[in-house]
Order: sequence, then structure tokens, then C-alpha cells
Amino acid sequence: MAPPRSFLWSRRIFLTLLTGFVLIPVHVMVSSSLKPLADVTGKFRWLPSELTIRPYIDIWSTVPLARYFVNSLVAAGAATVCSVVIAVFSAYAVSRYDFRGKRVFTVTVLSTQMFPGILFLLPLFLIYVNIGNATGIALFGSRGGLILTYLTFSLPFSIWMLIGYFDSVPRDLDEAALVDGCGPLGALFRVVVPAAVPGIIAVAVYAFMTAWGEVLFASVMTDDTTRTLAVGLQGYSTLNDVYWNQIMAASLVVSVPVVAGFLLLQRYLVAGLTAGAVK
Amino acid sequence: MTTTAEAERPAVRTSPPGADRGPRRRTGRIRRVGLPYLLLLPALLLELLVHLVPMVIGIVISFKELTQFYVRDWGAAPWSALDNYRVSVDFDAPAGEALLHSFLVTIAFTVLSVGLCWLIGTAAAVFMQDTFRGRGLLRALFLVPYALPVYAAVITWVFMFQYDNGLVNHVLHDQLGLTDKPSFWLIGDNSFFALLTVSVWKGWPFAFLIVMAGLQNIPRELYEAAALDGAGVWQQVRRITLPSLRPVNQVLVLVLFLWTFNDFNTPFVLFGRSAPEAADLISVHIYHASFVTWYFGIGSAMSVLLLLFLLLVTGGYLALTSRGRRKAS
Repeated sequence: MAPPRSFLWSRRIFLTLLTGFVLIPVHVMVSSSLKPLADVTGKFRWLPSELTIRPYIDIWSTVPLARYFVNSLVAAGAATVCSVVIAVFSAYAVSRYDFRGKRVFTVTVLSTQMFPGILFLLPLFLIYVNIGNATGIALFGSRGGLILTYLTFSLPFSIWMLIGYFDSVPRDLDEAALVDGCGPLGALFRVVVPAAVPGIIAVAVYAFMTAWGEVLFASVMTDDTTRTLAVGLQGYSTLNDVYWNQIMAASLVVSVPVVAGFLLLQRYLVAGLTAGAVK
Repeated sequence: MTTTAEAERPAVRTSPPGADRGPRRRTGRIRRVGLPYLLLLPALLLELLVHLVPMVIGIVISFKELTQFYVRDWGAAPWSALDNYRVSVDFDAPAGEALLHSFLVTIAFTVLSVGLCWLIGTAAAVFMQDTFRGRGLLRALFLVPYALPVYAAVITWVFMFQYDNGLVNHVLHDQLGLTDKPSFWLIGDNSFFALLTVSVWKGWPFAFLIVMAGLQNIPRELYEAAALDGAGVWQQVRRITLPSLRPVNQVLVLVLFLWTFNDFNTPFVLFGRSAPEAADLISVHIYHASFVTWYFGIGSAMSVLLLLFLLLVTGGYLALTSRGRRKAS
């Protein structure tokens, strides 16, 4: 039975308006990145007066974008790998074993997820400064320090989501592996992890995306050499000019890898979010 | 849970037939008891380092008179008893008044943003439940705001909100003639709406994603039975789809609330280190108190108060929704 016309028309109108709402900023980003500077300093124009790829060439020299890119890649990548690896072990323990303190552990992990990042920023800043003074190990302003702070949000989320995912892998599978002579770690890596690959991908994608877009810690915990894209993009505004065309070009360049990765892997992410959140 | 099965398992593994059972069983025992903790060890150490220790330090410095002079050695800062808290909640004095204002702005912003995100996300998911031409493409497109890095997306909105060269004023003033003169969007009262717009633009796809996933769990037979009974599409949405989404919505709304309430990235990229009064969200407010005016002690006290509030709200919400669930079943 075909839906009634009132439904079809509502759907058409709603989805058209929503598409416009979603697309307008995307259009501004793309079209402005192809405009000469005069087009973005004067009245807004929907389309460039002349198409130019100049902004895409200039972005690399106006600010050290390549270095910021590498910094972001290292920080987000390392935080992702660390939190996924560590989360695999602890999620396995929580999902497969009963032990004293299990509830305390899961509740703690769950509740730290709801804490605002600002809560940890100040203490971590003081800890880093103090460790630096006492031992000479520079955590403040270093990549290592930044990666560690990123674990404040990526680790609890990864643990939480992977517990849900591991729970959905039938216990019979790894119990069979244990009976067949695998150790617990063997069962984890030969049975549970392969069965939960989509969940692990989802966790990794999510952790990477959040770290790649992180602004708060990056704005306080980095210096000139370790600055990430989140802070570095501000460099396109000088006292005299704001190079909006270059800002848009750079925004597009830093977005393409994550958006492409996300759209490719979003099936896994949805499945992972569902396992964790919807149940 | 299957406690007995778990207890047996390592014993089976470590005692193959004919093996010397005594000592092996003992190592099996030790491993069985210790293994979960061993697996948790890395996570425990990191949780300690990035969550528990900072939280303890945060609570300690909320009782200290910590300013920039003591950053290098915060332990030496003088104790201030409850002064920081007194200053934070003294709503007649400037600091407390600003905190209260910021709190109310955050509540209003969060309620509106979560409501709109939920509404748009649910409507989009419900409308896209059936297949139609272009559905896959539209779905991918709708996820783009969510996938874009916050600073790249929000900086585009900053450009659109510019006074003399932005799209918003161009459309509202030059093209549609809705306003007499161009408006400022990133300062003054309009900034609240600018922030809300950006937050909804960035946030609704998450609701869309989760609701879509929830829709897949509704059995098709329900709709078929309803259709046989003569229920139209609108009735099916109201009687089947929305009620079935209840458990999904309970989690979704809580998650959206916490994310929006705690959001720092969006207002920070939109407004910089100090937000306009009308859009002074609490996380930026605390950031400002701590890293711009350097009152670390007061910043910490505000953080602790914020944490208490979030614990209360989450606890209350969970208690309410779980009671509702029990009643329903």
C-alpha cells in the first residue's frame, strides 16, 4: 500500500529543507576555497568571480599546515591505538569474568564519560607543569602529554562500547577455544577479537574522529612545535586580513580524510553504537 | 551470570588428563583469580592517571587560593577553606552572578539544542524508514555534519556569520530583505541563536543515526498487522514507531544532554576565549576563569559544582527512566 499524499508531501518538503540546511555550509566551504581573496573580503558571493586553486597552494606556506597535519595525525592515531588496545583487554575481562570490583570499575568508567573535559584540563595542566619541574620530563607542550589527555575521553568510551560488543559475541565460541587448549589470551585474540572486528573498527573510527576534532586540550597543552590542526587553523587570520578562502581550503583538506573514512566505515560505527547504546 | 561455568573453565584448561594435577591446579587458581585484574591493569593505571588523580587534585585545589603565582608549585598555595565556593555561589557578587547567568544560559541552550536535534533526527529517520530513490545518497549526505571535524565545520559557520562578508547577512538583508540592516551574529544577543544553529547543525545527525538503528529493531509484522487493521501511515508512526523508540530515546536524550551541556569545542571555535554574555556556556566560562583570568581555585570550585550538578541530573534521570521501564513491563 502506497503511503498517502500528505505523508509523501511532508517527506518531500522536510527532506528538501533539511538537505539545504546541511548543504549550505558545505557549499560555502567548497566554493569559498576556490575564490580569489577579493571575493571573500567583500560582499558574500554564492559563486566565485573566477575559479582559482591558489588558496590550496598558499595554505601550506601561510601557516605550517603540513606540520600541524602530522601533529594531529600522530596525536589522534596514537590515542586511538592506545585506547583500543587497552580497551580490548579490559572489555574482555569485564565481559567474560566475574571478579571483585567489577561493578565499581564499570560504573567508574561509565561515569567518567559524562564529566566535562574542562574538569580534567586544569588538574592535568598542573600535573604536567609539576612533573616537568620535578623531573625535567616535558609533558606540557609535548605530543606524549597531549596523547595522554586524549585518553580521558577515548579510553572510557572505547571500554564501554567494546564491553557491549564483546557481550554480543557468543560465549560458546571462546569457551570452545578454551576447551580446545587455548589460553585466555589465545581465546581473546583467536576468537573474540576476530568476531568483534566490526566493533573494534567502530571504536577506532570514533576515537580517531573525536581526537582529530578536539580543541580544548589542544589549545592549552600544545606549543609551537606540537600544535594540532584544531589550533593551527587560527593562524590564517592576520592583523590586516583574514584569508577566508585559505581557511576554507584548509578546512576542506583536513576534513576530507575523516569524512571519507567515516562514510566508508559508518556501517560499523552504527552497528557499534547500537550494540553499546540501543540495547 | 554463569559463575560456575567460569570457575570450571581454567581448571579444565590447566589440567589435561594425566598431568601432575597438584601444583598445576594451584597456578591455575592463582591465574583464575588474578587474570581479570591483570587484564584490567593497563586500563586501571591510565584511569588512575587521567581521571582519578586529576579529580582528586581538582577537588583539593578548589579549596586553595590558587593563582598564576603558584602554578609552578600549587601545593604551596594557601588554603582558602570554602572561599572559592562562597565566591562561586554568591549570586549578588559579580563572579557568582556571572556563574549563575552562564548556568542558566547553558540550561536554555542545552534544552533547545537537544530538543531540536532529537526532533529533526527522529523526523528524518522516520521519513527515511522506507526505501525511495536517492535514500542512500541522502543518508550519507546527512552524516557529513557529524563527520566533519568540529573546528572545520564551526569555522565555516564563523565565516557565514561575518558582519560584512558573511552569507547570513547577505541572505537575510540583501537578498530577502528580512532585516533593515546587517546584524552582528557573533557578539550581542544574537550570538545565542548563532550558537544554537551551529550546535543543531552539527548534532542532529547523531540522533538520526541512533534513531535509524533503533527503527531496525521494530518488527515489520507490527506494521503489517496495523495496516491490515486499517491504520494509516501517520497512525503507524504515532502508535508503533514512536512508542517502540522509547528505550532508544531514553539513552539518546541522556547522551545528547551530556554532550551538549559539556560542549566546549563549538562555542570556543565560534567565539574564542571569552564568549559573549548571551552565549556564555559553562565550560567556556570555567575555561575563562581558569586560563584567562588565572583564578584556578575558583575555576576548580566551579568545576566541582558542575560535576555535582551532572551527577544529580544523571542519577535522577536514570532513576526516573528505569522506574518508567519497570512500570511498563
